[in-house]
Amino acid sequence: MTIIKPYLRLAGLEPLVVRPETNFINVGERTNVTGSKKFARLIKENKYEEALSVARQQVESGAQVLDVNMDDALLEGVSAMTTFLNLLQSEPDIARIPIMIDSSKFEIIEAGLKCVQGKCIVNSISMKEGEAKFIEQAHICRAYGAAVIVMAFDEVGQADTKARKVEICHRAYKILEEQVGFDPQDIIFDPNIFAVATGIEEHNNYAVDFIEATREIKKLMPLTKVSGGVSNVSFSFRGNDHVREAIHSVFLFHAIKAGMDMGIVNAGQLVVYDEIEPTLRQLCEDVLLNKNNDNNEATEKLIVHAETVKAKGKVEVKDEKWRNEPVEKRLAHSLINGITEYIDADTEEARQKYPRPLDVIEGPLMDGMNIVGDLFGAGKMFLPQVVKSARVMKKSVAILTPYIEKEKEDRKNAHIAAGTTNEETAGAAKILLATVKGDVHDIGKNIVGVVLGCNGYDIVDLGVMVPADKILEAAQRENVDIIGLSGLITPSLDEMVHIAKEMKRRNMKQPLLIGGATTSRMHTAVKIAPEYDLGVVHVLDASRSVTVAGSLLNKELKQPFLGELTSEYTKLKFDFDNKKVVKQYLPYQEALQNKVSINWDNYQPVAPSFTGVKVLDNYDLNELRTFIDWKPFFITWEMHGNFPEILTDNVVGAEATKLYNDANALLDKIVSEKWLTAKGVIGFWEATAENDSVTVQSEKGTVQLEFHRQQIKKAAGQPNLSLADFIRPIGASGSSATVKDYMGAFAVSIHGIEPHLERFEAAHDDYNKIMLQALADRFAEAFAEVLHLRTRKEFWGYDANEQLSPEELIKEQYTGIRPAPGYPACPDHTEKYKLFDLLSAQDNAGISLTESLAMYPASSVCGWYFSHPQSQYFGIGKIQRDQLEDYARRKSMDILTAERWLSPILE
Amino acid sequence: MYMQIREELKKRILVIDGAMGTMIQRHKLTEADYRGDRFKDWHSDVKGNNDLLCITQPDIIVGIHKEYLSAGADIIETNTFSSTTIAMADYDMQSLAYELNVAAAKCAKEAIRQFMAENPGTPPKFVAGAIGPLNKTLSLSPDVNNPGFRAVTFDEVAAAYYEQIGGLVDGGVDIILIETIFDTLNAKGAIYATKKYFRDKGIPELPIMISGTITDASGRTLSGQTLEAFYTSVMHANPLSIGLNCALGAAEMRSHIEELSQIAACYTSAYPNAGLPNAMGEYDEQPHETAHFIEEWAEQGFVNIVGGCCGTTPDHIKHIADNVRKIQPRQLPVLEATI
Repeated sequence: MTIIKPYLRLAGLEPLVVRPETNFINVGERTNVTGSKKFARLIKENKYEEALSVARQQVESGAQVLDVNMDDALLEGVSAMTTFLNLLQSEPDIARIPIMIDSSKFEIIEAGLKCVQGKCIVNSISMKEGEAKFIEQAHICRAYGAAVIVMAFDEVGQADTKARKVEICHRAYKILEEQVGFDPQDIIFDPNIFAVATGIEEHNNYAVDFIEATREIKKLMPLTKVSGGVSNVSFSFRGNDHVREAIHSVFLFHAIKAGMDMGIVNAGQLVVYDEIEPTLRQLCEDVLLNKNNDNNEATEKLIVHAETVKAKGKVEVKDEKWRNEPVEKRLAHSLINGITEYIDADTEEARQKYPRPLDVIEGPLMDGMNIVGDLFGAGKMFLPQVVKSARVMKKSVAILTPYIEKEKEDRKNAHIAAGTTNEETAGAAKILLATVKGDVHDIGKNIVGVVLGCNGYDIVDLGVMVPADKILEAAQRENVDIIGLSGLITPSLDEMVHIAKEMKRRNMKQPLLIGGATTSRMHTAVKIAPEYDLGVVHVLDASRSVTVAGSLLNKELKQPFLGELTSEYTKLKFDFDNKKVVKQYLPYQEALQNKVSINWDNYQPVAPSFTGVKVLDNYDLNELRTFIDWKPFFITWEMHGNFPEILTDNVVGAEATKLYNDANALLDKIVSEKWLTAKGVIGFWEATAENDSVTVQSEKGTVQLEFHRQQIKKAAGQPNLSLADFIRPIGASGSSATVKDYMGAFAVSIHGIEPHLERFEAAHDDYNKIMLQALADRFAEAFAEVLHLRTRKEFWGYDANEQLSPEELIKEQYTGIRPAPGYPACPDHTEKYKLFDLLSAQDNAGISLTESLAMYPASSVCGWYFSHPQSQYFGIGKIQRDQLEDYARRKSMDILTAERWLSPILE
Repeated sequence: MYMQIREELKKRILVIDGAMGTMIQRHKLTEADYRGDRFKDWHSDVKGNNDLLCITQPDIIVGIHKEYLSAGADIIETNTFSSTTIAMADYDMQSLAYELNVAAAKCAKEAIRQFMAENPGTPPKFVAGAIGPLNKTLSLSPDVNNPGFRAVTFDEVAAAYYEQIGGLVDGGVDIILIETIFDTLNAKGAIYATKKYFRDKGIPELPIMISGTITDASGRTLSGQTLEAFYTSVMHANPLSIGLNCALGAAEMRSHIEELSQIAACYTSAYPNAGLPNAMGEYDEQPHETAHFIEEWAEQGFVNIVGGCCGTTPDHIKHIADNVRKIQPRQLPVLEATI
């Protein structure tokens, strides 16, 4: 007689039966936009065919199930999931294995289930939003015949202790079996793997909690399966893959013994348990199993050991052979490798060897820098390395400069004595750089300066907040060859247009370079280039600035380059002018009728723990440090990719790791020597909305805030969003007329950077100067993040039970938003005046506003707080004349002023 | 009825009827016959729309059902292979989909009523509402240059099946039969629609029979799944039976039905074509030949429900029914509760 066992059975084109003798099942994790930089890029660029190769590679390297995740704010998840899975079905070698449809949005999961003929796994559902929703989603999964991963998450939060994990899983199990009719073998639990060794005592038992919960779950519900995301456990050791891999192996060794069946792991990166070096293995065991760990003892030991392991990787037996080479080779070596250690001695030696000090610069130093430029151009060196090279160059030049000056002086005196004229001509081409009036951001400009400097140009850097006339006068006085403008906030765009107009009026001849985060090729082509005929070039990043400058300064290349560019920009402008008629807009009054639909009768706003403002001075930098989002830091250095994956990236990984270590070393100093101070202020007030105005009752009186509303015609059922929709409207119906709603604001700033920047400048150390600026920016953002977190959980307390991992925080998976005036959801910078007034931000956080409404110090962040669960980030898009007029009327602003401030959102 | 069919399946091998199309061909119907009175002015040709005959020539359809009942069929299939909005679009008759299903179910019920009146005391007979595979598929692109393209969406497929099921249930069928499945995702659409229909209506679910189609020697469905993968992917229907039909003759189907009998937790069914078509597209395997193959399957304990598909006739069914009458049905496997 045939016997059928209750195994978990899955299927792609071929079946996968999970039997007791089946080894741990590897779920391929690279077809996940949140985890794989490459995959995310391919999907975003619509290169689906190529993205299939990522899936194929996963199958080839032994994945037995393929996890597919399209959760990215920039992606339309439903259509990305549908497109990818449909394509995947036509690749028999990939479609062979079962699919795990992974999303935090159930609509994306359901879209995926509609594309796959095999039996899938849904990752995941939970009781987070209550039993009713859980049951409904489970029914739907079952209707498509999928197995489900159930996360140990209930109305109270994510389970962290063994007891909670088991309790939630058991409750979910009963519901699934009794109310939904799930086969127990189709239920897979994810009892949450959390990071251990975080330094927080309560986290020390997390791995034990998982392992013991797994054991209990398998005992209590033997047919179910247990899965988990393994890499979370070692999150504290990010950047140190050697230790992370060991932790993963030791963790799996114990978790699998306890009954863990499958997991999302990078199988290629697991070390064999037995081959882990015994000391490391023992320390991992202690930390994971929370043994010998009183007062974090085991944790401390592993951290110390991790450092030595890391250091061991770095030693590489310091090769000093190059020191025996001739001085030219040694200088080149120092330049290419960014070594400052010997530069003083080597420069001095070269100076004595060559007839004139200038020969040293034009000879060996420039030769070395040319190699650096070539390597950078070929993508074999990365920006942080180039900046380090520049530091070496500057130090060397600084040693030579007094001798050069003395020589000049001697020659001048000789001429005077002989009664002849000095005929020395200008040397290298000169490039002027400035951040325009009203804008204070200069990291990008500094990097461009360094890169161009490395390529032999003389840089005239006018700094930040430079008015047009000062820029143009300096350009004429210094007789520069190129003018480069930088800006980060939107009003800077208008200032750049103004400068282009001024250059034409003054009959200037220099080409104009445009750069900075807010600038774009399109804006340059449409708005700036038409104002000045002798060359306006948008430069995407520092690396491009070299080729652009090279082309512009070469007599033969300049005209063809500008000719090509002009036709390109003309075409862009033509396309732009002709495209804008396509979009359809609603009359403003109609858009106002299409608000976000919120049932205010059913909603009880949470009252904040106080109203008025609260100042947080001298905030603990140590705490802020743990909230740093590293991805933008690497982008500053033109290294694009997710953190921490970038540290192990095949191409930039090694350099990224160096940069990261340098940054952490500097952070250690900043924190321990108190270089910087963090000042912040938050406030909450009663608020009511009426159309697009929100009235705030502050202790100083009533303040009316004005917002914009999307006016583009939306698909049926889609609202025309305005931030005002998230505040309870005045006269909201029903018994709840007395209910109060609230709104909040914050402003944070990092102070004290100037003396340190000056110090680095004096030491010709652009590398650390840029590093410090970039870190100050990260501190400001981290501060905003921490205050938002504490606002949600504590100060306002509308989501007191929130438990999110650092990754989830970065992905903004929380309730409520903190949009900033001047950014897409509320693009009017002038509302910052009201925000600053409400918070007394100048007094309380030491921030001042420039005439373009940039904040100074540059490392500052401000914004509004909205708490309604439906509140979300969005972009206003373009608005129409009727809304502009209404807005100007509401703000009592004359229409021309309003037009100027709102030009980015006007057609 | 649900319990009744289960009781019968415990006792014996049930016989399902043979081809409908083959029998309709014998009537040599003209365009005018197909149109009947009601569609005499229809704006497109309807000849070949066999499902339409349930409305325009119900007597012919009832007659064919009765021939199969007389031959010994325990289960007869409604003449609704293409009665969905999607398939009926070929004749611009989308709006008739529901009505066609009701009419077809009534034809089958009427045939049983008449047969039982003429042959009192025979064991119970059942009507299976036949749900075909559609002429558009969810896992395959019709455009070779654009493999990600789909001519139809899951929601459209589920909606079309939902309407068909509504008609079949309202017409009084006893079983939902999802058959000739060459794309498992279409079948999942049908399962989804079935479950949703009964949940929405709050009435007990009818038993579901599922029958896939292995199209070639590779032993896979047209959409590329192995037999076990196919079975795994439709298990959630919790079907009364799983089986195979169409595309292959009994000789070619044997190894697959053997495999299925080993892995299926539910009853198994098999209704092959009358051999493979000859050069003229006709089936010429004789009734005793088909019956001989199927008898051997029954003896081996592979099957619970047997019958015929394309090219089979009441004569084939009579031979099959006679040959399996004395043979014990396949025993359901033991489903263990522990690993």
